[in-house]
Amino acid sequence: MHQRAENPHAEEKPAVLSVRNIESFYGPIMAIRGCSLDVRKGQIVTVLGANGAGKTTLMKTISGVMDPEKGEIIYGGENIAGASPDRVVRLGIVHVPEGREVFPLLTVEENLRMGAYTRNDPDGVRQDMEMVYSYFPILAERRRQAAGTLSGGQQQMLAIGRGLMGRPKLMLLDEPSLGLSPILVREIFQIIKRLNREQGVTMMVVEQNAKVALEVADYGYVMELGRIVMADASQRLLDSKDIQEFYLGVQEETQRGQKRWKQKKTWR
Amino acid sequence: MDVLQLFVSGLANGCVYGLIALGFVLIYKATEAVNFAQGDFMMLGAFIALGLTNEQFMGLPFWIAVPLAIIAMGVVGYLLDMLVVRHMFGQSQIAIVILTIALGFVLRFIAGLIWGHEPIALESPIAGKEVRFGGLVLGLDEVTIIVVTLILTVALYIYFNRTKLGVAMQAASQNQLAAYYMGIPVKRVHSLVWALAGAVAAVAGILFASKGSIDPSVGLLGIKAFAAAVIGGFGSLPGALLGGVIVGLIEPFASYYIAAGYSQLMPYLLLFLILVFRPHGILAQVHAKKV
Repeated sequence: MHQRAENPHAEEKPAVLSVRNIESFYGPIMAIRGCSLDVRKGQIVTVLGANGAGKTTLMKTISGVMDPEKGEIIYGGENIAGASPDRVVRLGIVHVPEGREVFPLLTVEENLRMGAYTRNDPDGVRQDMEMVYSYFPILAERRRQAAGTLSGGQQQMLAIGRGLMGRPKLMLLDEPSLGLSPILVREIFQIIKRLNREQGVTMMVVEQNAKVALEVADYGYVMELGRIVMADASQRLLDSKDIQEFYLGVQEETQRGQKRWKQKKTWR
Repeated sequence: MDVLQLFVSGLANGCVYGLIALGFVLIYKATEAVNFAQGDFMMLGAFIALGLTNEQFMGLPFWIAVPLAIIAMGVVGYLLDMLVVRHMFGQSQIAIVILTIALGFVLRFIAGLIWGHEPIALESPIAGKEVRFGGLVLGLDEVTIIVVTLILTVALYIYFNRTKLGVAMQAASQNQLAAYYMGIPVKRVHSLVWALAGAVAAVAGILFASKGSIDPSVGLLGIKAFAAAVIGGFGSLPGALLGGVIVGLIEPFASYYIAAGYSQLMPYLLLFLILVFRPHGILAQVHAKKV
């Protein structure tokens, strides 16, 4: 495991979410092998990693769709490991799943209403719907249209907007860039950043697109094969040689002017 | 005149088929399970109403027996899902099919034990009366069936599109995982769908029993309703009703115009043609997910 002795955020804001030594299984296969991380209040925290690193499983475990075999998930001073998904939503953690997952035959507005399913304050719901429409004006235009007929980018906006309707304290965003054009990816991440600053939503973003994620995030974790292998402030991760080589595709040239094709990871 | 009377009686039959088919589709859409006991749900609903209201049994007033029977079948549906079907999650579709077929046999047997296997008529205030529109003589029972089905259809439409729980039922059937993520209690929603299917079956049963006597094997009507659901488009609620009405209308006209023996074939011939030329049914609700 990476040593975290000089965690620059240790004395900053309190952790909203603390994951401690989580182990999750798909049947006999161990997808998360003792994972620990902290998400601090008001931050955007990103979890990077390749396919199959366990990022999505980690999110599912936090949101209660999967139950961990071991470990604790501390949220608001309480261990929520193994809690049911609807309870986790009521506690203020909303998971925006990978691949949009909208309700295809419901209208945009009905999708947003479903995001507020656990709430019982019609006035607040109406205000939040206007708030969502102000961030995503295209959704307001299409409010009577079936969600399945939206484009991929619009569906992603709807998925995020629907998540906001739960008025989350902590939002888990799984691969918001999946399948989107580079321009749309920038746009989505700009909105994520604005939501974080303006609405005070703490965000945990799982991404394969390391560059764009680290640019908006405050803090980053790198996950490989079910473990956290690096953790640092985003800027330092962006500057790190390993991250540049393995996640940003920057290649160093040797003295002879040739590219080295293989470099050993320092954490193994 | 003959044609109009055939039409009305076919339509009334079709409404009953349609309501049973609606129960099939409700459960299938929400949980991807097919409840082959849906016809027996209808039978049981009819018998509960009959047991409550007929003089030889409990003799309660008809208008008290009807809501009680509907509620009882709702409870049966809810408990069945909560106690049995929910625990079969993750097993193959076949397991649930076999389970519900077996359940159908059990319900038929129980009904036979309690109310006997001889046909009995429901003592209903609408049975055997006539209404006249001009020169047209129609059975009050048939007119009632059509009107009640219309009212129920409108009520269900409003429920599924205007109420939070109704929209949540749609949401859970369209994307179960996303429904979990939104904090919709999907398991309870599934049980409520089973309850709704049970209640609709009870309405169908009471309407059916108002037209003539019933015995515990009338649940086999469910097979015809299943065909109706497939014709209309399994997975579409309006399709289920439409399929029911089509099957109901074909029957009397076929027996009127086509030689006996061939006429009973017609609904199934239509089913065959639909499966060949429009395999998703008339009102198919198919969509491809965008990647």
